[in-house]
Amino acid sequence: MFERFSRFQKILIPLISVVLGLIVGAIIMLVSGFNPIQGYAALLKGSLGESFYIGETIRQITPYIFAGLAVAFAFRTGLFNIGVEGQLLVGWVASVWVGLAFDLPKIIHLPMAILAGALAGALWAFIPGILKARLRVHEVIVTIMMNYIALHFCNYLIRFVISDEQNTTDRVPESASLKSPFFETLTEFSTMHYGIFLALAAVIIYYIILERTTTGFELRSVGFNQNASEYAGMNVNRNIVLSMLISGAFAGLGGAMEGLGTFGYGFIHGAFSGVGFDGIAVALLGGNVALGIVFAAALFGILKQGALIMPLESGVPTELVEIVIAIIIFFVASSYIIAYLLQRLKKGAK
Amino acid sequence: MDYVVEMLNIRKEFPGIVANDNITLQLKKGEIHALLGENGAGKSTLMNVLFGLYQPEKGEIKVKGKTVKITSPNIANDLGIGMVHQHFMLVDTFTVTENIVLGLEPKKGLNIDMKKAEKDVQEISDRYGLKVDPKAKIADISVGMQQRVEILKTLYRGAEMLIFDEPTAVLTPQEIKELTQIFRTLIKEGKSIILITHKLKEIIEVCDRVTVIRKGVGIETLDVEGTTPTQLASLMVGREVLFKTDKKPAVPKDTVLEISKLNVKDSRGVDAVRNLDLTVRSGEIVGIAGVDGNGQSELIEAITGLKKIQSGSVKLNGKEISKYKTRKITEAGVGHIPQDRHKHGLVLDFPIGDNMVLQTYYSKPYSKYSVLNNKEINKQAKKLIQEFDVRTPSETTPARALSGGNQQKAIIGREVDRDPDLLIAAQPTRGLDVGAIEFIHKRLIEQRDNGKAVLLISFELEEILNVSDRIAVIYEGNIIAIVDPKETTEQELGLLMAGSKKKVGAE
Amino acid sequence: MKKRKFGMALSMFLAAGTVLAACGSDEAETGNEGGNGSGGEAETSEFSVAMVTDTGGVDDKSFNQSAWEGLQAFGADNGLEEGTGGYTYFQSNNDADYVTNMNTAVRNDFDLVFGVGFLLTEAIQQVAAQQTDTNFAIIDSVAEGDNVASITFKEHEGSFLVGVAAGLTTESNKIGFVGGVESDLINKFAAGFKAGVEAVNPDAEVTIEFAGDFNNASRGQQMAAAMYGSGVDVIYHAAGGTGNGVFTEAKNLKEQDPDRAVWVIGVDRDQYEEGQVGDNNVTLTSMVKRVDVAVQDVSKRAMDGDFPGGEIIEYGIQEEGIAIAESQDNLTQEILDTIADYQQQIVDGEIEVPSTLE
Repeated sequence: MFERFSRFQKILIPLISVVLGLIVGAIIMLVSGFNPIQGYAALLKGSLGESFYIGETIRQITPYIFAGLAVAFAFRTGLFNIGVEGQLLVGWVASVWVGLAFDLPKIIHLPMAILAGALAGALWAFIPGILKARLRVHEVIVTIMMNYIALHFCNYLIRFVISDEQNTTDRVPESASLKSPFFETLTEFSTMHYGIFLALAAVIIYYIILERTTTGFELRSVGFNQNASEYAGMNVNRNIVLSMLISGAFAGLGGAMEGLGTFGYGFIHGAFSGVGFDGIAVALLGGNVALGIVFAAALFGILKQGALIMPLESGVPTELVEIVIAIIIFFVASSYIIAYLLQRLKKGAK
Repeated sequence: MDYVVEMLNIRKEFPGIVANDNITLQLKKGEIHALLGENGAGKSTLMNVLFGLYQPEKGEIKVKGKTVKITSPNIANDLGIGMVHQHFMLVDTFTVTENIVLGLEPKKGLNIDMKKAEKDVQEISDRYGLKVDPKAKIADISVGMQQRVEILKTLYRGAEMLIFDEPTAVLTPQEIKELTQIFRTLIKEGKSIILITHKLKEIIEVCDRVTVIRKGVGIETLDVEGTTPTQLASLMVGREVLFKTDKKPAVPKDTVLEISKLNVKDSRGVDAVRNLDLTVRSGEIVGIAGVDGNGQSELIEAITGLKKIQSGSVKLNGKEISKYKTRKITEAGVGHIPQDRHKHGLVLDFPIGDNMVLQTYYSKPYSKYSVLNNKEINKQAKKLIQEFDVRTPSETTPARALSGGNQQKAIIGREVDRDPDLLIAAQPTRGLDVGAIEFIHKRLIEQRDNGKAVLLISFELEEILNVSDRIAVIYEGNIIAIVDPKETTEQELGLLMAGSKKKVGAE
Repeated sequence: MKKRKFGMALSMFLAAGTVLAACGSDEAETGNEGGNGSGGEAETSEFSVAMVTDTGGVDDKSFNQSAWEGLQAFGADNGLEEGTGGYTYFQSNNDADYVTNMNTAVRNDFDLVFGVGFLLTEAIQQVAAQQTDTNFAIIDSVAEGDNVASITFKEHEGSFLVGVAAGLTTESNKIGFVGGVESDLINKFAAGFKAGVEAVNPDAEVTIEFAGDFNNASRGQQMAAAMYGSGVDVIYHAAGGTGNGVFTEAKNLKEQDPDRAVWVIGVDRDQYEEGQVGDNNVTLTSMVKRVDVAVQDVSKRAMDGDFPGGEIIEYGIQEEGIAIAESQDNLTQEILDTIADYQQQIVDGEIEVPSTLE
């Protein structure tokens, strides 16, 4: 009955999901004995209330945009890149490594380090891509496993190759750093860096590649219908690999933002950063379209950043925000329920 | 009058359209009642209302004289209404019996009593002459058999009235004959049948009465006896329809496609095309007649580069193309209307406009330096939509939203517009109504008259006989006879298709 | 279409997972109820102190929790209230949160900010350099800066003592060590432990392995299963959450065969409770790291105007920052005496416990 959602519904469903998520969150706060208004006020204050928090929120949004783009790009080609987390980690380490290993003028050094991140992420995604294209190995399985390989491989590199058996690498020099003294002063020492501009540029590139080029035409076509694409003379396997490469590059760039911007160094990860997995949710909430991803990433950034101060300001534990996010994703994922409700509502109104 | 099912003045709306408006259909006990209409006329909607999938806005449904409200297929089942869908709903890895009893398994303690189930199934099968092996796996039996399993399923659930949705669309001529026989047995055993179809010949052959609907409105119910196909067709389409496709004699010239000693394996690695020779010249339509699964698909895939050949040669205008990739073959001048338009022909989620440039998007003027030029794409789409009478709200409508006939027209427009030297049309009219069929046949003949070569593959003998200038009969991957359509009959072709090499006169 | 359905299933699964996970950790959180933004006016003191957890969270049953207990005790002793102007914690859900939380604490005018765990070293260095008016303290690591105190522990000393216990308890003469991530810090545990075993039982063989992860209980369980399977009867874990898997495996074995000798030595806190299985308990003893003592001590000194900025403070047995657990049911008096003996020797400086392997 609702085989295809109208454009209006495509926008409405995530919006309603967000509202529902917030409402359920409020109910949970009430039930647990907290004041939801205070809770959400704290959340807003902690994310957008002061220039410092705005800076931190923007910093948080940056990798979310990249991770969301990475997941969405693969998805548009009919691929499930669950390996964004791993691609992000290798991108992180690669960019820091190049940042540390060379001594070059900033104009060369910084782009080189960023590019290294993109390349590493692409390379990491290439493996599941080629396995899928050549041997039809399901990319979900391979990407998940590649995440673990990435985690431990990166830890090894940091510990034994890039640093001298340390837990962290040295800080990348100024010539390879995305850190922005200007923003830091503007936002009272937040960790906001120049990465957000790269993220927004990536969004535009995402849109252009996918919607405006012949390559994007092929990728989307393969994503929707491999048989018809083959019939039309497109090289399906090439497109699968290409899609994973580009997806991985986005993820790797996200890692470079963390490595050269947020942190400025690499360190041993005891567990996954979670950004890559959140990217799946960002892409889903953003409907896999460029602008949607920006909004979804912004929402995630605001929620996650605002959550940090909630316990202090209102006593509400930060985990509540995780619940809200989970509920939003739940509603988006079960969008059929909302579409159904919308339809009933329309009928009722008539 | 003794009606088993009556649908009175049914009206069903969907947002923006009225799918059924004031339609009345009355099914007598023991009759085969045809529901005739073009694609999109509202046949399926009406039947889905009867089967409980949709709720009508207005109207009344009576079963055996009693007014009922059918809110779900389960209720329909309880009322004795069974439906055999066009797309079978069977679990491939289960046996026939397992599929049939699914959801209604006879229990022995906690276990399913398979013995009893098998016995029951065998019994019903024998009674209606279905000849189904209860222990066979669905994946191992033919499409025709699978359909019978669907019939058995409804009978097992105690159906009194059976709805068949386009049952012959997937069958071979032989299977169609057998299905007709099954219909008769069912009637003899006291069942009633509604047959959804747009094939006029079938109606004349097996049905007692026919209800014609057009654009969602019930036009007329009449006895089949005494009607002619022409009469039914014009009722359905709303205008005069020409049956015999008008065409001048062919003037074949140079050889365009030359296949020799071609061998192709199918996806399981079994030889599907064996030492096949075939030529198609410019200015002629060669029809390939054969029962499904005799290598037709593999032959097309080999010509179009979708499948690797084992040995042999395929020449287009004298140039060997068997080593080419699909794109190069397309560029060399081959057009291909694929057998399965949803699987191969269209990217259903793409706008119809993008589908119009599915093979040419990378070339000027649709793109420059790899950047798409949507203006040009839409211009082209608009042109084809107009030229080929594709009925769509706009060129940005997703292909999925179009009716089958219009989707097919879009594909044909796309292929013909590239002006290929060789046009391969695989079942180009499958599932379409007479209006669309007429249109498509005209276009194929037009191509021929423009000096192009056309290769037509169809399981419909009538179509082959009507459109082709030469008929090549394919059997087990080999062309076993070339006949002139003017000098052959359906019977003769049928025998050839069944593998008989000798020319036998009509009985 | 198929793919889309799969995607939906996957996202539902993920969503459900997140809900559950979030719910799970939410419960333990309600201890924070009393705090609210406005009630932060400290009456008896101007001094306020905050801590920033690492990603383990404040309820990690390990040093984050221990540090928070220290802060709570400090608050109670000095009449501070939880919240702004008193004492509080900031939970980090992600590595990227460290700097933010640190800065947020400074912005809320806390006088002293603890960074709990070596993961926060870089973050504290960075923020301390910018926020020179606030004092910082890093636990388990060394950070630079005149306004930063580095709090470290002589884990090797405590590990030596539990090593003594292990060496005297083992029957198979095979002893295991499960470390979290191989690092200088964890190597201190291993080195001290090994030295302790060798001091009392030179024949015993100590197998040292690392899980590569502090938060992977199933990996810990696998490693423990392999060790116990090869005849090891005492395992010392210095692996945080991963160590919970070691306990699980030991308890399983004990449950199957109550007579079998399987022991776990706990770390950081008294992990006696974790070892309880029916009437038996597999926790031999625990090496207790009194993060709470250190936190209280440094807080006190800061409040008294004696903040040890720029210094590295080492808490060992002598400073009461390191101890053997109070639950001693599974140790014979003889062993306890031996431990006490060695403990005295360490305090007296007669034994120099090695802090690195080899």
